[in-house]
Amino acid sequence: MLTPFQYLLSGIYLTRYILYSRHELLLFEALQEGLEEEMERDIRVCVMGEDVGHYGGSYKVTKGLAKKFGDLRVLDTPIAENSFTGMGIGAAMTGLRPVVEGMNMGFLLLAFNQISNNCGMLHYTSGGQFTIPIVIRGPGGVGRQLGAEHSQRLESYFQSIPGIQMVACSTPYNAKGLMKAAIRSENPVILFEHVLLYNLKERIPDEDYICNLEEAEMVRPGEHVTILTYSRMRYHVMQAAKTLVNKGYDPEVIDIRSLKPFDLYTIGNSVKKTHRVLIVEECMRTGGIGASLIAAITENFNDYLDAPIMCLSSQDVPTPYAGTLEEVTVVQPAQIVTAVEQLCQ
Amino acid sequence: MILGRAFEDMCAQMYYRGKMFGFVHLYNGQEAVSTGFIKLLKQQDSVVSTYRDHVHALSKGVPARAVMSELFGKTTGCCRGQGGSMHMFSREHNLLGGFAFIGEGIPVATGAAFTSKYKREVLKEADCDHVTLAFFGDGTCNNGQFFECLNMAALWKLPIVFVVENNLWAIGMSHLRATSDPQIYKKGPAFGMPGIHVDGMDVLKVREVAKDAIGRARRGEGPTLVECETYRFRGHSLADPDELRDPAEKAHYAARDPITALKKYLIENSLASEADLKAIDKKIDEVVEDAVEFADESPVPSQSQLLENVFADPKGFGIGPDGRYRCEDPKFTEGTAHV
Repeated sequence: MLTPFQYLLSGIYLTRYILYSRHELLLFEALQEGLEEEMERDIRVCVMGEDVGHYGGSYKVTKGLAKKFGDLRVLDTPIAENSFTGMGIGAAMTGLRPVVEGMNMGFLLLAFNQISNNCGMLHYTSGGQFTIPIVIRGPGGVGRQLGAEHSQRLESYFQSIPGIQMVACSTPYNAKGLMKAAIRSENPVILFEHVLLYNLKERIPDEDYICNLEEAEMVRPGEHVTILTYSRMRYHVMQAAKTLVNKGYDPEVIDIRSLKPFDLYTIGNSVKKTHRVLIVEECMRTGGIGASLIAAITENFNDYLDAPIMCLSSQDVPTPYAGTLEEVTVVQPAQIVTAVEQLCQ
Repeated sequence: MILGRAFEDMCAQMYYRGKMFGFVHLYNGQEAVSTGFIKLLKQQDSVVSTYRDHVHALSKGVPARAVMSELFGKTTGCCRGQGGSMHMFSREHNLLGGFAFIGEGIPVATGAAFTSKYKREVLKEADCDHVTLAFFGDGTCNNGQFFECLNMAALWKLPIVFVVENNLWAIGMSHLRATSDPQIYKKGPAFGMPGIHVDGMDVLKVREVAKDAIGRARRGEGPTLVECETYRFRGHSLADPDELRDPAEKAHYAARDPITALKKYLIENSLASEADLKAIDKKIDEVVEDAVEFADESPVPSQSQLLENVFADPKGFGIGPDGRYRCEDPKFTEGTAHV
């Protein structure tokens, strides 16, 4: 027989265990876990893409899934991006919930017809009759000397398409959460992963959770300056933040996560607090996510700004193969530190 | 077929009277293909078409009123006026579009066929034998998506029939000037499916071929490529002056008008009398007149409709500066919200 006090104590330990029990995994495993859980939860969820089945995915996100769910639910497609993306859209219109993988996001340029015309528009042109609950995902971004065509940032290319949502994951926690949310969403969602982030390790909760598709993530609260970033640049920003803190600055770092639409509430609250904004992105300067973000912030929060918004983007060059050149194509932590110092003068 | 012809003729009239706008592509002359195939389908079977989709919609069962209203851009149209001539959709009748870019509907059709196979094999709906028909033209048969989908459909034995409406012309480009081997049906076997050629001006011949192809798909034997030799009596669209086509060619096919041919067949085989046929003509005229009247009297979409169907889940417009979702803004339902 336990005393009431012992019951209470064991209740607390049990709650803590349930609430906080976690397991450690890598980002690609988190994506896989999210995908697998959703496939178990809803039999209509299926995967289509090149080498997703028997090969397990070029970045192992679908490893083991074909064995578990069969070749039809984890479909190895021929190399025909436009057509198998369109096939995914047709399947979504007729009741399935496909997850289409671009082996590299860049390959989805071949599917632009389907993504722009059919994915984004069909719900509207059909007068709301057909929904397209499709997830299009894959690795993108600048890797380690992968060459120009395998180092693309398509988020800027797709952002104008009406009718789609775009999210970018950056940690195992939000990778799994965004994957699950994207699959459950009735809207077409493009999930941007990054080639260099797949082996990030983190302890994530055991219990079921999803991340809100439309919300940004507060990474580090601060008072002096708002730094908006996403995907891999989040890590360059955090590295710069360490240096900045040592120099006496207090940056607020927000991972915007939702590239379309922007979470103007989280962003706005931050701007109202710090009055200075730095955007750090891997997109090219021209027409990038940063460019749209500057427009949105200026439009909505101009009165709160004490200085013009600064935006650090990649150079408008095809990513060079040579390591030294590639390094200066993307934004490095030292540049971020300099920018903050400039902004806070 | 009579409905198709009368409807399209009325479209031309309405267009020139300023009731419908943009690009309108009429189907006159090709009615045998639509009727021959689609009338064999069940409601749950799917049809995917191109921009020349009015008659496919009618054949599949979309009411003439809904199609005409859509063409007039009225809110009672099958797509609430948001699609227009080239984007006819009907969930109820499983018409999956209406596509403006040639070839882009074929993968969608392949996806619908994939769902049918998935339903049978994964969802274990053993009696699911839904078939999908993809209609497209000769010009499309030189497009990558055509070949990519022939491959995938044959590879996975999808329940789909690829119906080529070869009317010999892609706007002003003759099929013979655009295609290295103009015999499209021969391309089926290259991908592992039967390729059939049929006289697309003869509805009974089309129906025979369609029966076989649809039957194959239903039994799980895989896809078929059917090339229907047909002709469009009008220009590519109502904006096309149609100056390139040889009058002799036009006369040749006009003499093979599918409606005239079937009427003749019915009379000669005592399956119907002149009076019966005239009665059909009259009835159809009434249906079309009624459709025009309905469309005329229907309201135009108000601004409140602007933002409603962009997203199935309007949370996709995101969170505004005030912390509320944009779609919760009262101006959202007025169509004036800033998104």
